[in-house]
Amino acid sequence: MNELLPAFDFHHVVVAPWTDYLPATGAWMLMGFFVTATCGLVGNYLMLRRMALMGDAVSHSVLPGLVIAFLITGTRGTWAMFLGALLAGVATTVIVETIHRKTRVKQDASIGVTFTTLFAIGVVLVSVYSSQVDLDAECVLYGEIGNIAALDEGGIPAPLVRMGSVLIGVVLLITIFYKQLLVSSFDPGLARSLGVNTTATHYGTMIVLSIVAVSAFEAVGAILVVAMLILPGATSGLLTTRLARMHGLSVVHAALSTVLGVHLALALGSQIAPAIVVAGAGLFGLAWVFSPTQGLWLRWRKPAKPGTAPAEAS
Amino acid sequence: MTKTPDRPQVPSLEIHDLTVAYHQKPVLWGIDISITSGRLVGIVGPNGAGKSTLIKACMGLLPLSSGWVKFFGEPFSRAATRIGYVPQRESVDWDFPVNVMDVVLMGRYGRLGLLRRPGKADREIARQCLEKVQMLPYANRQISNLSGGQQQRVFLARALAQEADLYFMDEPFAGVDAATEAAIVAVLRELRDQGKTILVVHHDLPTARQYFDDLVLLNMRLVAYGKTEDVFTAELLQKTYGGRLTILSEVASALGTAR
Repeated sequence: MNELLPAFDFHHVVVAPWTDYLPATGAWMLMGFFVTATCGLVGNYLMLRRMALMGDAVSHSVLPGLVIAFLITGTRGTWAMFLGALLAGVATTVIVETIHRKTRVKQDASIGVTFTTLFAIGVVLVSVYSSQVDLDAECVLYGEIGNIAALDEGGIPAPLVRMGSVLIGVVLLITIFYKQLLVSSFDPGLARSLGVNTTATHYGTMIVLSIVAVSAFEAVGAILVVAMLILPGATSGLLTTRLARMHGLSVVHAALSTVLGVHLALALGSQIAPAIVVAGAGLFGLAWVFSPTQGLWLRWRKPAKPGTAPAEAS
Repeated sequence: MTKTPDRPQVPSLEIHDLTVAYHQKPVLWGIDISITSGRLVGIVGPNGAGKSTLIKACMGLLPLSSGWVKFFGEPFSRAATRIGYVPQRESVDWDFPVNVMDVVLMGRYGRLGLLRRPGKADREIARQCLEKVQMLPYANRQISNLSGGQQQRVFLARALAQEADLYFMDEPFAGVDAATEAAIVAVLRELRDQGKTILVVHHDLPTARQYFDDLVLLNMRLVAYGKTEDVFTAELLQKTYGGRLTILSEVASALGTAR
């Protein structure tokens, strides 16, 4: 019927993901949720600390980290890859800070200089050693959740275990250091005068960000992870004015956008990670329009004079 | 120059030969000050004189090029819980997702240690501090819904919740309404009468003369420090502000109105 979009098959898109396809879609949904929730929680703090761009920077520097780790160790073992990418993430943070502190280049510009350079080094290395490095450019940029083994293929897939552990780790860290994170994000001057080590808090946040970016890399790639970092926080920030609730809503946003995204991917036959981002952006749009305190609908409603409400056309 | 002879004691704040530089350019040069407890001290000087820099440097928020600072005879790190700080109101994002109570509770963090969360006793103290600045009815308000004066009162309540012995306040009167200004002055005097030391960065000369026991006149170097009636003179103020005519006429009128 429609040439551009595949025909809508109710069973395939709505019912089957929860029945026949469940071993596969369940794994996708869990992975999508783990990635989006973890990124969302860390992203809450990036946003509040005005460091949203650092998410972009760290996720891109993962590429040279992976390539260099591969060239040094000669293996594609999980730990070597993980360490390489983690070190690259921390190096990015240190370089950004150093440029920003030692010169008059402002932080946003120093982020821009750093991560593009590192990413370019990664690209150069990949092309120079293309015979040895087997990296799929599309996978690097967008990742692929669909590569995860289905749940019924013998045990829980390793990527799920990894991402789940990172999520639990992030939740624990936020619970333990909530006070320090809150005060150093809101008022760094007061935090330091209270004896909170804001440098440690900053680097701690960046190390966690690097770990999250590396873990999510395989599933969502270097670009889409930025959306996962920012969308949940941006959406929940429109809906609440308390940090703890913002965390809760970010997790809800992660769950909803993942479920909607998987259905969307099935309906369109698209990749899953981008579909999750599109769904998440849709939720952001809804929050923008319908937020109870700052939604657009409040502004649309106000100019209307009382008694002149347009009649509902049927 | 009689120095409170009844209480021979360790000074609350002792600054020795303090020099601070930004990008190799010195902004404060060889500052020497010693302040006893129970004084309400104003820090005045022209823009760029290093007033905020001085208090930030005292608390170790900026690296020192030379000199040292002691609080109650100890370095900052060992006296941190005895020191309260009110940063400039514009230094924070008032859209941050916290309410008034959350902000005041931050004042308790220094006493809680690494892992403990604020408890019932801390909430009670926070409530009392909000009451003192007449902000208790706003405890559950999101901070972006406050006026400038209300924001400043919240910051003051947070400082009170620190239960410190020495306070640094960076322009607490900037952009607040007259009622808030009066309320803040009342609280500062009460703190002073309890024997606490309060240092306030202030930019309005006429009121500086009314509010403060002592004045620090600052313009990169320490021009003068002493009792307000001793240092609030045309000569010293001219030395502090240089040849800025508008300021000088302001000074002249301030000196005139007070006579």
